[in-house]
Amino acid sequence: MASMRDIKRRKAGVQSTQQITKAMKLVSTVKLQRAKVRALQSKTYFSCMYDTVVSLLAKAGNLDVPYTQKQESPRKAIILLTSNRGLAGGYNSNVVKLITQGDFKKEELDIYAIGRKGREVMERRGYTIKADFSELADEFEYADAIKVCNQILKAYDDKEVGEIYLAYTNFKNTVSQTPTLLKLLPVLPEEHEIENDGLLMNFEPQDEEALKMIIPKYMTSLLHGALIEALASENGARMQAMDNATNNAQEMIDSLTLLYNRARQGSITQELTEIIAGAEAIS
Amino acid sequence: MDDSKLFELRIITPERVFYEGQVSMVEFNTTEGEIGIYKGHIPTTVIIDPGVLTITEPEQLKNAALLSGFAQILPDEVTILAEIVEWPFEIDEERAERAKERAEERLAQKGDNLDVARANIALKKAICRLEALK
Repeated sequence: MASMRDIKRRKAGVQSTQQITKAMKLVSTVKLQRAKVRALQSKTYFSCMYDTVVSLLAKAGNLDVPYTQKQESPRKAIILLTSNRGLAGGYNSNVVKLITQGDFKKEELDIYAIGRKGREVMERRGYTIKADFSELADEFEYADAIKVCNQILKAYDDKEVGEIYLAYTNFKNTVSQTPTLLKLLPVLPEEHEIENDGLLMNFEPQDEEALKMIIPKYMTSLLHGALIEALASENGARMQAMDNATNNAQEMIDSLTLLYNRARQGSITQELTEIIAGAEAIS
Repeated sequence: MDDSKLFELRIITPERVFYEGQVSMVEFNTTEGEIGIYKGHIPTTVIIDPGVLTITEPEQLKNAALLSGFAQILPDEVTILAEIVEWPFEIDEERAERAKERAEERLAQKGDNLDVARANIALKKAICRLEALK
């Protein structure tokens, strides 16, 4: 049996780890609240944007705009949203799995990484990292989303890539986050459920021009929304992971306390037996 | 003001709902030129060019700098999806002034084409911000 001192030291170690995980849980709870509010505020913009794009597409079936047509280039760009820090349970590896276990060919992919953890994994596995915007994973504004989108759109306009995907974690609620793969471009009309409500919308400038201007904005709003959701998911995942860690630490502390008491009792019994034996030997 | 002439105006940015209310007229600048909208407009979607946004409420006029985005116009409802829009009190006059000077300098130097296009947009935005302050 381990000595009393060893057990005591071990218990102190687990206890200080527990304090850290507890603090981390509290921090991510606060951050999660903030991210949730932000997600709620940005939802209106996104749903209006989505309605407009759908009504545009309803008319745009035969338009000659590269954003709504299949492209020849086999290369695919993927924007990968992960976190900069670990200790968030399966948060990062679940998003990465979308790509490594999806039906993509490694050689055809260009990864645009937002988040250090995702970039490191993909680098190790030999994927092409085209650009890294990791500093945006924790703090970003709409202007940042515009910047990233413009760079990727340029690759699309230059026909370097034929498809653009977005891999992120969708925030359902505090306990459930689902990794999601979303196709950003091309926006194919047949892939969207188009309701024609009979309202005839006019576009100024003409449909084609309007589509060319609105689709990039649509893409930016998707990316911005995904960044917000990913941030909420990251903190939700970390909160859960840290909650579990705190509980596990408590369990360990309990069983160590039991061991310690047993060891203490054992040593007292032993000392008593020794004293009694000594006394008997003298008499 | 006759209530039947009012319509619903919503201005939404990615970060928040910027404005929501009943108005009688809204004016702003589009890629096709400046427009003013009353109730009963034909359904139209327009792309926004930097300019001053003027909201005519029954009681008062409100100004803002509307820099980028697009607007969906329906007969009894107008929704502006603005990427950048600012109330006058949110605009930093000095900064806009400096941006204007910088852009003008760059235009005077005449660098390569890309720079000229960018400086033009920057100049437009700066002028529009300054005008909204007046």
